[in-house]
Amino acid sequence: MSFLALTALAIVRLNDLFAVVMLSGIYSLLSASFFLSLDAVDVAFTEASVGAGISTLLFLASLKLVGRYEKKSRYKPALALGIVIVTGALLIYGTMDMPHFGSPDSPIHQHVAPRYINDSMAEIGVPNIVTSVLASYRGFDTLGETLVVFTAGIGVMSLLLISRETKDHSKKLVPADMQQQIILRVVAKMMIPLILMFALYVQFHGDYGPGGGFQAGVIFAAGVILYTMLFGLGRARQVFKRQVLELLTATGVLLYGGVGVVCMLMGGDFLDYSVLRHDAIHGQHLGILLVELGVGITVASVMILIFFKFTWRTVKHKYNP
Amino acid sequence: MNIIGLYNYWIVVLLMMIGFYIVIAHENLIKKLVGLTIFQTSVFFFYISMGKINGATPPILDEKWQLYSNPLPHVLILTAIVVGIATTALGLSLVVRIQEAYGSIEESEIQVQDTHDQLECQLEAYGPGPDFTILNKDLTK
Repeated sequence: MSFLALTALAIVRLNDLFAVVMLSGIYSLLSASFFLSLDAVDVAFTEASVGAGISTLLFLASLKLVGRYEKKSRYKPALALGIVIVTGALLIYGTMDMPHFGSPDSPIHQHVAPRYINDSMAEIGVPNIVTSVLASYRGFDTLGETLVVFTAGIGVMSLLLISRETKDHSKKLVPADMQQQIILRVVAKMMIPLILMFALYVQFHGDYGPGGGFQAGVIFAAGVILYTMLFGLGRARQVFKRQVLELLTATGVLLYGGVGVVCMLMGGDFLDYSVLRHDAIHGQHLGILLVELGVGITVASVMILIFFKFTWRTVKHKYNP
Repeated sequence: MNIIGLYNYWIVVLLMMIGFYIVIAHENLIKKLVGLTIFQTSVFFFYISMGKINGATPPILDEKWQLYSNPLPHVLILTAIVVGIATTALGLSLVVRIQEAYGSIEESEIQVQDTHDQLECQLEAYGPGPDFTILNKDLTK
């Protein structure tokens, strides 16, 4: 915990944005281990792949576009510091009433959590409670979040549209910056299939161990992004065509919503998977599998698309400054 | 015991303060986004800290264990992380567009350009305003 605070302080002081982004990657890794030590294995998984992997990459890609150094000037720092300290002091005062860390009788553990822990095996039949809460009990929530990811993908796509002349450049194969790094290329060639396999394992094993659609999507995207960085965007786009990716982002959300609608057609409530099969538990299994697949497809294709868009911008700046 | 019991929450508050400070005091838009991420993660830590029970295991059912940590905050934060990266990407692409339009991502420079543009627009629309040079002469006397 204290390491986290130190890293955050270093981020405030530094002007070199490259170092700031690297430190925020370290910060994410530290926070992932913190989550792990607090029993939140699924969350740690997500944070490690998202925070330390994808978000650092996206920040670096945009740093390439906007320049590396920050100007020294700041808004009245004293006033800002004052406001921040007052807020912090009020919050610390608020924590005085908080139940102590790790105490089993605090209010948060009295509400719905006991039901999830005690009954979910009988009702859903999935050992990983996080998965059963995510996909079944709180299915509406997750549908909404998948939609947010989808919408953000659309937003990035429309903000970073590709102009006609850049498309002409895309006819030529643009070489990647790291094309010459032979060691990286050889290692990556061995790693990438394993990463993709691991993503699929995480996707379909999410019922029993930590994992699920969100993590799997991000890991899959990370594998593809590694390939793109080392072998060039042109080659990656031959495999992952833009139209296909755009279609996939919508397919994932549709699959999720479609499962809900099918549940309604078969006489249940929206996203009530029990009616999908004759046996309620089997229905739940099938429903969770399909829904997680939808989440995985959407998250993976949105992440890949976002990375492609950022890389295209760099290519565009290189060829028509 | 009293101090150790609340230590996690205090670090959370400290992290939140740091993130908040970066967001309001720094002018660089990328730095602001990093600050926003720190602010966001401090909330994540808060939730996960609340879900922990001493001596419990991760919430994956097994016959050997009786006590599990609270799964609900885990679910909420897991999805929040992925949504967070999606919205951060949206913010970054906005920053990239701002850089292309203004040639800078420092807020003060953007504001200077904005006021400049506004004045030019007004000049075009209404012509040069009344002549204030006479007033200035009076003042200098």
